[in-house]
Amino acid sequence: MTSNNGPFLSVKDLVVEYTAEGQVIHAVNGISFELERGRTFGLVGETGAGKTSTAKAILRILPDPPAKIRGGKIYLDGEDLLKISEKEMRRIRGRKVSMIFQDPMTALNPIMKVGEQIAEVIKLHNDITWREANERAVKMLELVGIPGDRCGEYPHQFSGGMKQRVIIAMALACSPELLLADEPTTALDVTIQAQVLEMIAKLKKDFNTSMIMISHNLGVVAEVCDDLAVIYAGEIIESGSKEAIFDHPTHPYTVGLFKAVPHLDDETDRLSPISGLPPDPSNLPAGCHFNPRCPLVTEQCRSEKIALREIEPGHFCRCIRVKELEGEYVRVG
Amino acid sequence: MSALVEVKNLKKYFETPRGMLHAVDDVSFSIEKSKTMGVVGESGCGKSTLGRVIIHLLDSTDGSIYFEGEDITRVNSQKLRKLRDNMKIIFQDPFSSLNPRMTVEQTIMEPLTISGRYTRKERQEEAERLMAMVGIDHRLRLSYPHELDGGRRQRVGIGRALALNPKFIVCDEPVSALDVSISAQVLNLLQDLQDKFGLTYMFVTHDLSVVRLISDDICVMYLGQLVETCPSKELFKKPLHPYTQALISAVPSTDIHHKKERILLEGEITSPIHPKPGCRFAKRCIHECKACHEPQQLEEVLPNHLVSCCRVREINSF
Repeated sequence: MTSNNGPFLSVKDLVVEYTAEGQVIHAVNGISFELERGRTFGLVGETGAGKTSTAKAILRILPDPPAKIRGGKIYLDGEDLLKISEKEMRRIRGRKVSMIFQDPMTALNPIMKVGEQIAEVIKLHNDITWREANERAVKMLELVGIPGDRCGEYPHQFSGGMKQRVIIAMALACSPELLLADEPTTALDVTIQAQVLEMIAKLKKDFNTSMIMISHNLGVVAEVCDDLAVIYAGEIIESGSKEAIFDHPTHPYTVGLFKAVPHLDDETDRLSPISGLPPDPSNLPAGCHFNPRCPLVTEQCRSEKIALREIEPGHFCRCIRVKELEGEYVRVG
Repeated sequence: MSALVEVKNLKKYFETPRGMLHAVDDVSFSIEKSKTMGVVGESGCGKSTLGRVIIHLLDSTDGSIYFEGEDITRVNSQKLRKLRDNMKIIFQDPFSSLNPRMTVEQTIMEPLTISGRYTRKERQEEAERLMAMVGIDHRLRLSYPHELDGGRRQRVGIGRALALNPKFIVCDEPVSALDVSISAQVLNLLQDLQDKFGLTYMFVTHDLSVVRLISDDICVMYLGQLVETCPSKELFKKPLHPYTQALISAVPSTDIHHKKERILLEGEITSPIHPKPGCRFAKRCIHECKACHEPQQLEEVLPNHLVSCCRVREINSF
């Protein structure tokens, strides 16, 4: 494989659109970010912000139609994933890049034994016999804390937490260099979530895997990510190190998000919700997409396209009022 | 203080092909008027079943339910109808709990129609008032559920529950299907309505930070049993049952500078079918001993703080 001095993964100006009933839905509108080896990058945002579309674009598994990658570049190890053939892409999927899907209930094939489902990936990417693939599948199951003798069982015989672990075993079966985790614990109970996060962290360390963690849960992001980006209406509105964002959330949306979720360790009796609703992605507001909900909106926000600017080293924010905002908000965390 | 709702030794068993499932097993607690009782636990712990049994959406197997001091465990259908004016539920999934063929106005009016006490005009006026109260724009009154987003649908569900001015509402995970910014709006709405009308809530959820925010008292359930109950503030400061301790420690924290000490549980919730006597958490508990496999008593360990664990004093060293 090619190696170069650039970042391990670099996404540049990615644009994804869906076409439905003659309407164009702008799911991802020019997202750019970079990820170094062994690091974890968080994508935070609400439903429909474009998090999952971004991850699926990297793997090129967006359903086409209705989805289309309209622009941008995705470099993995210096190779442009949007330029290579489908055949080459298939070699990368599951081996170099793999994904943990959100819903453990639907991501597994219900009429295939779990061991076989894991062995399938291993067999596909390695020049080995089925027997060897099955043996490795059993090892993978044990690695994620499921007794190997359950490899002959079907998904319905497992609980939600165990199914999610099977999916993780499958995603890690070929020791991928990049793991895309799409809300891997959202469907799980908290005690199981804690187990799964702990396991992902350990496996990530053992294999030095890079990871993109997609989540709407700020607590999960705080625990696993090194850097993160907050996405709103298909755009990154704030990005930086975890410390930068949690200690100095700056964009009014990020600040609003922090105030809108209850925290276990503070004593407030009332939340401050963000007013209004997320925008309709087929009809995004002009200017800053957040302007109709923003408490600090000005005329300029409604008309001008706002650029992502560096407000302190490595900390970017897409807001023109950022200078005035300094000191206006209480720190969170 | 007077309890609006009280349950004593409530049990709900389901017959399944594999045996008797103990969904709610010997649960007792009471909810004061105008207060919120949070019920937390993981999936399958029986918290939703408990709410449904109390408002008679499901029949109880054993035990008793009191509403305003009156035993309502066994009531005839006429009496039940009257009771239902006062006891409502808001469901978790705003997508499947609304009739897709009914408009917003029809949905909110339905309880009024069924009650038979209102004229058409009164119903419409009442629906309008309810819509304004829960924050649904008047122009949406003829919309169908599929035209609304999750937050608005949940508001319709709340509007429907508020028709007939109930005293008690079971909120069954009302915000867990909603996005964070929308869920905050709905939680605030529920708090406002409680302040305004003195409503009593039973708030069922798996989300500990939501329950801390909204509840006055909390019940923690594990596999059909009540393991700990106390005022909300106390629970998060001083959890006493080993399961509660593990549960609270498992919630990911947004405090990035202080790493939380975490009690990682082994294994998963076991089956509630034919459970063995004794503490059902024992199998996953780090403090398990022989006595744990004897039946446990819910005991007032501190004032207003009840725990069902034979080693509670020893574990918490007092």
